[in-house]
Amino acid sequence: MEILTPEKLAEHFQAKIDADIKIEPNDWMPDNYRKTLIRQISQHAHSEIVGMLPEGNWITRAPSLRRKAVLLAKVQDEAGHGLYLYSATETLGISREETIDDLHEGRVKYSSIFNYPTLTWADMGAVGWLVDGAAIMNQVALCRTSYGPYARAMVKICKEESFHQRQGYEIMTILMNGTELQKAMAQDALNRFWWPALMMFGPSDAESKHTEQSMRWRIKRYTNDELRQSFVDATVPQAELIGLSIPDPKLKWNEERGHYDFGDIDWDEFWQVVGGNGPCNKERIEARVKAKEEGAWVRDAAMAFAEKRKLRQNQ
Amino acid sequence: MSANEWPLWEVFIRSKQGLNHKHVGSLRAPDAEMALQNARDVYTRRSEGISIWVVQSSLISASDPTEADALFEPADTKIYRHPTFYDLPDGIEHM
Repeated sequence: MEILTPEKLAEHFQAKIDADIKIEPNDWMPDNYRKTLIRQISQHAHSEIVGMLPEGNWITRAPSLRRKAVLLAKVQDEAGHGLYLYSATETLGISREETIDDLHEGRVKYSSIFNYPTLTWADMGAVGWLVDGAAIMNQVALCRTSYGPYARAMVKICKEESFHQRQGYEIMTILMNGTELQKAMAQDALNRFWWPALMMFGPSDAESKHTEQSMRWRIKRYTNDELRQSFVDATVPQAELIGLSIPDPKLKWNEERGHYDFGDIDWDEFWQVVGGNGPCNKERIEARVKAKEEGAWVRDAAMAFAEKRKLRQNQ
Repeated sequence: MSANEWPLWEVFIRSKQGLNHKHVGSLRAPDAEMALQNARDVYTRRSEGISIWVVQSSLISASDPTEADALFEPADTKIYRHPTFYDLPDGIEHM
């Protein structure tokens, strides 16, 4: 059998990528491809799980039984999405526990958007509409990512998430058809979440250190700025339709480009929040660590029970 | 990694009567019974299935991707196994 040199293997690998053939767990892959995927997929998984916290905050205070059932279903979906993504991460040879410890010990990040607090019920509308909307924009593109297990998880997640954005927009629509106070509450939520939602797509292409290689490996299929632009173009008419105004004086349709122009993002704020200094960073990680520690006895008991039963069956 | 980490299970779902069980993903659970329960919660929230199989991942034997050529190439060279290999006179139908 032909012994392949590392150069040859890398060449074959890139040829597969270029031909849009998916990479599967046991296939040869460059170390950095593996590392990049572990970082990206685990960050994505953590974002799903940490993302349950700001919405979980409103489950007991949802304004009706219908809203409560919807919010519960949405938060439960996020847990499932976290699981699909942790499973995809595990196919790359890192254990679930290691991945979670990386989050708890600050070695890996999650989406910076979840470091903002959800202060009013309208925030449930803004989060569903804008945060899930931005996530879907990103995730639809990732359905064609080059790593098979990641792409399959994305297809499943996109299918399930389509209701998440709609329920958020519905909350906003109903508030905008309500009293002056309700309208003001919806506008206030948009004002607070608009810029952080734009930041979700990550640093601008010029600043993004991973983009070029990730595009070549087809882990990413569109750049951060391309996705951000698509999101703005899709979202502005949705805001206008229900009478909300986007908090950006520079926002303007550019006939020539066929896109909206928009104002400068406050990247200092973005890096502050990513760096751990957002309004809720500490609280979010504390909640995750607490859940892991206080749930440990349940996991241990379930394992002990399973082992005991196996012993008894073998007797 | 703690010794108490739950084992990994692969989940297969039959979406309706008459179709195969199909691999849909994996999860961790202490035993088969809980793996089934978790699979119900995680993989069938939208009526995706009517039957679930779970099997511990460590029990699956898989072919080696680096041997794929040697394993599967013989099938590519035996095109006479396909009906399109054969010439039929014009006018023949239902064959």
